[in-house]
Amino acid sequence: MRRPLVAVISGALFGLGLCVSQMVNPQKVLNFLDIFGNWDPSLLLVIGAATGLTMFSFGFVLKRKTSLFDDEFRLPTSKDIDRRLIVGSAIFGVGWGIGGYCPGPAIASITTGLIEPTVFVVFLLLGSQIEKVWGWFAARASS
Amino acid sequence: MENFTPLTAILGGLLIGLSATILMLFNGRIAGISGIFYGAFEGKEHDTAWRWWFVAGLLAASAIFFWLAPAEYTPSSEMSLTNVAIAGLLVGFGTRLGSGCTSGHGVCGIARFSMRSIIATITFIVAGVATTYVVRHLIGMGS
Repeated sequence: MRRPLVAVISGALFGLGLCVSQMVNPQKVLNFLDIFGNWDPSLLLVIGAATGLTMFSFGFVLKRKTSLFDDEFRLPTSKDIDRRLIVGSAIFGVGWGIGGYCPGPAIASITTGLIEPTVFVVFLLLGSQIEKVWGWFAARASS
Repeated sequence: MENFTPLTAILGGLLIGLSATILMLFNGRIAGISGIFYGAFEGKEHDTAWRWWFVAGLLAASAIFFWLAPAEYTPSSEMSLTNVAIAGLLVGFGTRLGSGCTSGHGVCGIARFSMRSIIATITFIVAGVATTYVVRHLIGMGS
């Protein structure tokens, strides 16, 4: 029961952070990406503050052998700067630039009752499933 | 830059950083929304519950915030649902191919000094800036 409780608290803090910083507003995100227009640097401070705090805290946390409620840290092991990473991130960036939504804010803003984030999240899941199937066929074709 | 909101941006960023710290310290997990969300639909049996708890916390906090928040916090967007759907597909496909989004790569990855995440973050921001430029200034959609 301890780990679900931590997950719910962590999710709630994340959602609160997205709302307080207005990152749930796609126009606010697009105003950051629009550096040639009426630029709004707020998103840079959100990422800067989040990453800064996390960098500081992970320095202590990851010195431990394990996390408090689990027997290991589940960290990504890949070190490769490969085509998947670059192409995937670029495709994500294009979608982000069109809609102003990345996954976290889109999921959080479903609760506004607006139709738009709900449509986005449905197609977000569909896109991730297409990638999964596509990867499966690509692996079969090359083997 | 009249839309710049530095104080709430920093406060929101710190909340997101706190969320990532708690999830790593107690559960040993990366607070990467795309990974948590996609895994909730297909992870192994013992690995899905916490993901749903995290999403539940995210939704609950956002719902309460939007219920109590003043009007200026209401998200606004002027996109057609077709564009929102295309954006969702691209973000879903791209974040899965590239193994992460703004939170997993941008916050947690950079905080671990992961070269993959640093490259990914630069890539999706550059792609997002370029796309927003095309959409807003060349095609002339949005504001």
